[in-house]
Amino acid sequence: MTVIEARGLRKAFGTTIALDGVNLRVDEGRILGLIGPNGAGKSTALNAILGLTQYQGELRVLGRDPWAERDQLMRDVCFIADVAVLPRWMRVSQALDYVAGVHPRFDRAKAEGFLAKTDIQRKSKVRELSKGMVTQLHLALVMAIDARLLVLDEPTLGLDILFRKQFYDSLLNDYFDRSRTIVVTTHQVEDVQNVLTDLMFIYRGRIVLSCSMEEFETRYLEVAVKPEQAAAARALQPMHEWQTLGRSIFLFDHGAGKNDPKIDRQQLAALGDVRTPSIADLFVAVMGDKQGDRPGSTAVPAQGAAQ
Amino acid sequence: MSTEPNAVSESSLNSQAITPASLPATRLFYWSLRRELWEYRSIYLAPLGFAGVTLLASVFVLALLPHIMRTLPSLGPAQQHKALSHPYDIAAGLIMGAAFIVSIFYSLDALYGERRERSILFWKSLPVSDLTTVLAKASVPLVILPLLAFAITAVTDFVMILLSSLVLLASGLSVATLWTQVGLGHSLLGLLHHLVTVHMLWYAPLYAYLLLVSAWARRAPFLWAVLPPLAIGVFEKIAFHSSHFADFLLNRVGGGSDVMGADFPMQSGMRSAPWNFLSSPGLWLGLMVAAIFLLVAARLRRYREPI
Repeated sequence: MTVIEARGLRKAFGTTIALDGVNLRVDEGRILGLIGPNGAGKSTALNAILGLTQYQGELRVLGRDPWAERDQLMRDVCFIADVAVLPRWMRVSQALDYVAGVHPRFDRAKAEGFLAKTDIQRKSKVRELSKGMVTQLHLALVMAIDARLLVLDEPTLGLDILFRKQFYDSLLNDYFDRSRTIVVTTHQVEDVQNVLTDLMFIYRGRIVLSCSMEEFETRYLEVAVKPEQAAAARALQPMHEWQTLGRSIFLFDHGAGKNDPKIDRQQLAALGDVRTPSIADLFVAVMGDKQGDRPGSTAVPAQGAAQ
Repeated sequence: MSTEPNAVSESSLNSQAITPASLPATRLFYWSLRRELWEYRSIYLAPLGFAGVTLLASVFVLALLPHIMRTLPSLGPAQQHKALSHPYDIAAGLIMGAAFIVSIFYSLDALYGERRERSILFWKSLPVSDLTTVLAKASVPLVILPLLAFAITAVTDFVMILLSSLVLLASGLSVATLWTQVGLGHSLLGLLHHLVTVHMLWYAPLYAYLLLVSAWARRAPFLWAVLPPLAIGVFEKIAFHSSHFADFLLNRVGGGSDVMGADFPMQSGMRSAPWNFLSSPGLWLGLMVAAIFLLVAARLRRYREPI
């Protein structure tokens, strides 16, 4: 079943184009990571999906038009955003009361159960909680809602590693199942590499890469090559190249693209250690191609880095 | 469900069948109102505080009461009434004034504060429509505060008259004159009439206008609410040497004295015939304008993003 379907999604703020004809389809039971630099259009895309902003083009979320039917849609959709803070004056008990009051699918006992595992006091006000605790509280509220789509916009921004790990562990262990769908944007891509089922890169309002994680693992290969074999590796037309600890790392697109050199995994193994790249490495490689567009980019061009 | 195995298997196929898809609108409204009372505690604390101050002040004058009662026969009937009912008029006026001031500042902040503290995204992540939210907020100055002012005044008056009676009984004086001169039932009815006609109905467009500005302004809603009407008034004065707009506004804010048939809004409710008031076009036009302002405010809340 399709949870989100977008065709030709556009949104402009004045002369700035935030979404430039995005096509997107997310099926039930997927965990999609939407990765992109600041200002790439991630939050705008999520806001359109959540009915918080107007858009041009076609967009259906759970069969509804989000802009026209935001309140009905929110019975089946939850979201946590770094910017969507819980009201600071609210007490934890009031947050529980309120969500229980207005949400038909909220299971209060479940939320209480999640909160019992934390140090959060019922009487505390949100302003008295640490940033990590506020996120824990929001997550407890959201996980107790039997929703079909959960949207997370930089949910773990500003949290330490322990909170971040716990956040995704809870999501996977206590919340996610095959009938739910999660869309997440984050800059902390290393946190989500083993969480996602699908990956999407967005840049300047366009989807520049879209694949499942299975595809990602078979298609993209990273080889650490000794300097003497760098020329041989370069001959195989890598997507991207960079230096680390006296070795050159080459990233190959092993799949069926138009410039596909049809590289054999064996061939690569002869040059050095072959492994699956991190999302961050692939991100740099893909965005590096486009660095000419972007002033101040630190990405290194594939050919120039060798010298 | 345990008696019907078929129902169990059917409902487990479709989890939506178990939980109700929506909640009654009254319940959403109730919880929306609850959250206003949690957030803006001044709604009840300010009138209560003024009631407390009045009670405290009246305790100090209690000692003078036996003296007043003894000198009463030397005064005319109107002065007799005034000498005894004066503290009660002051109490009613202070509490109502507090409620009025809270109404104004509440209305100006209600749809602005949630955008400033960014919690609007949290509220919008729940299945409550913008119209429900705006109506719940509008009901605070239009219904809750006038009724609260009435209830608090009634209790304050009763406490004051009971304390006074105790003092008189202790001094061996009759309490009958006090009760008849103060005429608590009559003055409370008059107060209720005034609150309903002026604060609920006549001021409705005023509060709706403030709510509209609060939904619209990106900053300084108070200035946006005050300066444009002032500018129009000044413009009219300079350009046309007339003051129709200023008169119109003063008539509205002053409680519509020409309609109420009294110069002082406090007494107008008690003196005017209900028919005069209910048949005045100003009332109905005002209510229509209020309804339009609230609809526009709800519409604006949909478009507005955090600031």
